Amino acid sequence: MARAALLGRLEWQFGTLAEVVPETPRVSSLYLDVPDWQGHLAGQHVDVRLTADDGYQAERSYSIASAPEDHRLALTVERLEDGEVSPYLVGELRIGDRLELRGPIGGYFVWRGDEQRPLLLVGGGSGVVPLMSMLRHRAHVGNRAPARLLFSSRTLADVIYREELERLAASALGLQVLHTLTREKPAGWTGYTRRVDEAMLREVAWPRQDAPDVFVCGPTPFVEAVASLLVGMGHDARSIKTERFGATGG
Amino acid sequence: MGFVSRGFKGRRRDAASSSRVPPGQYVVTDFPVLSAGPTPRVNLDQWTFTIEGEIDEPRRWTWKEFQALPAETVTKDIHCVTKWSKLDTAWKGVSVDALMDGVETAADYTTVFSDGGYTTNLALEDITGGKAWVVYEFDGQPLHPEHGGPVRFLVPHLYFWKSAKWVRGIRLQKEEHPGFWESNGYHVRGDPWREQRYWGD
Repeated sequence: MARAALLGRLEWQFGTLAEVVPETPRVSSLYLDVPDWQGHLAGQHVDVRLTADDGYQAERSYSIASAPEDHRLALTVERLEDGEVSPYLVGELRIGDRLELRGPIGGYFVWRGDEQRPLLLVGGGSGVVPLMSMLRHRAHVGNRAPARLLFSSRTLADVIYREELERLAASALGLQVLHTLTREKPAGWTGYTRRVDEAMLREVAWPRQDAPDVFVCGPTPFVEAVASLLVGMGHDARSIKTERFGATGG
Repeated sequence: MGFVSRGFKGRRRDAASSSRVPPGQYVVTDFPVLSAGPTPRVNLDQWTFTIEGEIDEPRRWTWKEFQALPAETVTKDIHCVTKWSKLDTAWKGVSVDALMDGVETAADYTTVFSDGGYTTNLALEDITGGKAWVVYEFDGQPLHPEHGGPVRFLVPHLYFWKSAKWVRGIRLQKEEHPGFWESNGYHVRGDPWREQRYWGD
């Protein structure tokens, strides 16, 4: 746990937008310089607060995408057209602008990097973001326990971090990345092309005897389905950590 | 003039809802789902609700007995620490006052516990005096498992993580023992009007 979180209030602080990396047509990563950042654990999130010129404020939570070791704090944000905050973050915020935030938040949906059990990550859409922080952290610390990411996206163009995931799978020892696309089957595609189901999980997940640490993040129906299937396959419910987001928010 | 997010306009609330929405919250019309693990599947034949701890004789109700208790229908605004608020949510269940009727206890604190191992701590005065219910219907329908069915806690004046899903009982205690989220960075009391989200708020 970050010392600040143990010792006192999580104070609002400023990050300055240093770089924007478009990940998909709707999703961008914001790289922020946060001078007083106290560090975080892979899987945690931050609160972001926007203030209008009449004092009106809006707050939202966003998962941290960067590893604890990275020198910039990265948030990967999906632009929700009817949202209040995400269209500002992905569209209005420019390099050099300041963004008010506080964190890190959340001490449960975290992977510390010294675990020796297999690591099973199941992500749907932008639910991959906190899982990416874990994979980046894993590469930094050189954790050799086997890891698999099962990542469900609508189309190939919607796959967030696609090239970086390819690089990580090619370089980081013991990592396998498996994709499924729910709305298209591109020519030459060798991954899955359906929603995550039990047959897919039986192929991808380790058997329950191997007691993997499981993290599932995505929209509520996705998380409900995946977590219930894994429990039905005999995995210990306490080893399955979930994070969900609804259709609202933004 | 404090900090302004350049170019941010935002959505203003109308004055009527504004007075009902705590700082940092926004209003939703759907019902988001949040929980730390899989949704437990509850067998009603084996379900009980228990009051235990600092009490002479633990009180326990089966599902059938619980359904036979006098029920109340309440309409409340709820506020999740993840920033959404939902106004005018309608619930049916049994008030904690009714469950505690006649109980003599030296406890000032409670731990509300659930299937799946979830716990949350609440001061006894935060769940008595017409402030908390053990509910099994939402909007006139049996409570869906995703939302904590068959039975969840409802303590709407605090952030919604205090309204434990899949609730199985109340443990009366002389001392305060932080629950699941309260041990994982979240505020020990969680008053949304004071924006008590995290440790130290």
